Amino acid sequence: MYAVRHWSVRNARLLEWLYNKFFSLLLRLHPLFERIGYSRLEAPMAALERGIKGFMFDCRMCGQCALRSSGMSCPMNCPKSLRNGPCGGVRLDGGCEVIPDMRCVWVEAWEGAQRMDEGMVITVVQDPLDQRLAETSSWLRVTREGSMFADQKNEGRE
Amino acid sequence: MDDMTESRRGGGLQAALRRGDFALTAETSPPDSADPARVLERAGMLKGLADAVNVTDGAGARAHMSALACAAILARDGIEPVLQFTVRDRNRLALQADLLGAAALGVPNILCLYGDDPTAGDQPDAKGVYDLDTRDLLSTARCMSRGSFPGGRAIEPPPGLFIGAADAPRPLDENWKPDGIVAKIDAGANFFQTQYCFDMAVLRRYMARLVDEGITERAYYLIGIGPLTSAKSARWMNDKLFGVHIPEPLIVRLEGAADQRAEGRAICAELLAELRAIDGVSGAHLMAPGGEESIARVIGDSGVLAARSSAA
Amino acid sequence: MGLGPFDPSNPDQPPPGYSSPGRLERVLRAGKFAVTAELNPPDSADPRDVYERALVLGEVCDAINATDASGANTHMSSIGICSLLSNAGYSPVMQISCRDRNRIAIQGDVLGAAAIGVCSILCLTGDGVQAGDQPGAKPVFDLDSISLLETIRTMRDASRFLSGRPLTTPPKVFLGAAANPFAPPYDFRPLRLAKKIAAGAQFVQTQYCYDIARLETYMERVRDMGLDKRCFILVGVGPLASARAARWIRGNVPGVHIPDEIIARIEGAENQKIEGKRICIELIQAIREIKGVAGIHLMAYRQEELVSEIIIESGVRGGRRSHDHHKRARKTIEHKEII
Repeated sequence: MYAVRHWSVRNARLLEWLYNKFFSLLLRLHPLFERIGYSRLEAPMAALERGIKGFMFDCRMCGQCALRSSGMSCPMNCPKSLRNGPCGGVRLDGGCEVIPDMRCVWVEAWEGAQRMDEGMVITVVQDPLDQRLAETSSWLRVTREGSMFADQKNEGRE
Repeated sequence: MDDMTESRRGGGLQAALRRGDFALTAETSPPDSADPARVLERAGMLKGLADAVNVTDGAGARAHMSALACAAILARDGIEPVLQFTVRDRNRLALQADLLGAAALGVPNILCLYGDDPTAGDQPDAKGVYDLDTRDLLSTARCMSRGSFPGGRAIEPPPGLFIGAADAPRPLDENWKPDGIVAKIDAGANFFQTQYCFDMAVLRRYMARLVDEGITERAYYLIGIGPLTSAKSARWMNDKLFGVHIPEPLIVRLEGAADQRAEGRAICAELLAELRAIDGVSGAHLMAPGGEESIARVIGDSGVLAARSSAA
Repeated sequence: MGLGPFDPSNPDQPPPGYSSPGRLERVLRAGKFAVTAELNPPDSADPRDVYERALVLGEVCDAINATDASGANTHMSSIGICSLLSNAGYSPVMQISCRDRNRIAIQGDVLGAAAIGVCSILCLTGDGVQAGDQPGAKPVFDLDSISLLETIRTMRDASRFLSGRPLTTPPKVFLGAAANPFAPPYDFRPLRLAKKIAAGAQFVQTQYCYDIARLETYMERVRDMGLDKRCFILVGVGPLASARAARWIRGNVPGVHIPDEIIARIEGAENQKIEGKRICIELIQAIREIKGVAGIHLMAYRQEELVSEIIIESGVRGGRRSHDHHKRARKTIEHKEII
């Protein structure tokens, strides 16, 4: 929701903290997810994600959530779906070039990023979207990939 | 100035078809390279043999050198291109811009195609655009050919484009109507190049229907054909290529031959001769991925060009 | 055979440490103050209309930008214009916007551009489709300007497509990006420049500058971050024909911000067009003094005939003339050795 979107940016720091906690929880749930089966969880998880993130951020379910690197302002709300920062068409009042009544998603992102602990990840180059991931659950994907990464790290230590 | 006007009124392919010559077009694929010499390495073999050479556009949903640049390089070397446009990778703004660019760079012929889905190629993460469909692209090309962008702005002087579309001859049932083909002609298609057709019986019946329906009065038909390289690849094509049927007798012939490639070329040359006799067929479109040399030999062996000059 | 008249002192191979064999990179790396200009493409299928426009610019420019459906209005495509310019001996900068093509088409266009002689490519996001005369067009934005930079850099340096498929010959191109220090969020803009440099930008051309103070603030931050040493910055300028034109541009061209004082000054002048030109020259001279600026980029929409005068009167080139390419270009066009 549009109004809630702004609230989320203003409270980016809190949401960052919440998300970190949530992500640790997800990682711990990974063995359970594996037992149930990731493909079976896809539909319900995607629905849940759409509901929650849709409300908080106007999430468009791109499947490659980049909220943390865009100050809690979803880049898919940008009419040009820019993943790396604002275009040059931003209006003087901070309005979007394409939708003048809408505040530029990246003007918001920069404000949010400055509030966060690790907001400077906004300066890291983001990869182009994989169009095939649209409508899939980001949460499940990061859980699966995060667990693989954790496993690899542990193996490295052994 | 004269050269430009000539291409604005249409190039050699259109002239050959108008004269009633049996036209020959061939196909080349742009290289995976930034070096222009690569383009002519392959396509150069077709110079003087084909009336025009098609340049494919992201075939198989894979990136290669841009078809427009490739076509410009051919045109500069005196080889007339048919520039293929798919609607998969560009929206209408880019398509219109490239159509105008093509005309200015000496490309008189275009072929409008849909294009394989990105998941078919090695860049499946790409966004399929499909802002226009084939029919929209045909009418866009015609609109511009006549002197204005679809948005209304005038183009002065207008490009003269000879506009093509694709078709696939196949067995028809009684109720078949040529609505799809007519729609393409109404939208602007001046000629059709077809998918491979090796089954002459099927083709004759198909063309007879088209002639009956008056289609061939309104657009030229060039039938897709090519030099088969082996029985095995022929069977693969029957399996994997939609709408392609190579009759069993031809495959058996290949299997029995000592040199399957040479036999494939011979078959192609014979089929070319047969095509010339079919009512409604105005020419042949020779395709052989990577096989420009093969095509050049087939054209030489078929005697089509010799027949043309003796008739003149 | 060849594709066009190549300058014998401009070999196919880039000199050591260079990315491209093109003139723009040579001029910038030699430390000269560079001048580039934008060519507004004609709505015509006749190449001579392009050559006529280039003749006006070529005398004073180190490179000419061929725009890519700017303002979301179609004209001849950038690669088409670049082919013609390259053939006539000019040094084109091809502009690629992310709005109209997906990554398959874009990679193809990069190879095609290199094949027809393009040595410099400018990577842009692209104006929204609503700005043009076909607002129903589908915006693509499969890549953004930063992933576009990375894509081309990968093709050039790793000699492969994004998919991993190898290239037999990579494109040798000098990579550029656009920058707009004059649009919000102001304090993020230097960071955005840093991001573009990290993704591969070797030069930038900025949007129109009518606010020197804002530019100075930006450049100070840019210098602090050392970005001016890693990237050549060319500042955008252009003459305003009248107060009315200025107001129209301010209201209709995305990202162009013209201060009230400038408009007032033009409005109060006896001859608005001359005043607009005078302001442009003053701005150029002020920009020349700012440390870290490597050149200017002239966008003289519908006033291309002023480009030569403005550059010469401003004195920024210090009497430096363009190479013989310009004389050769005139000859080429006169002898109709087109295509």
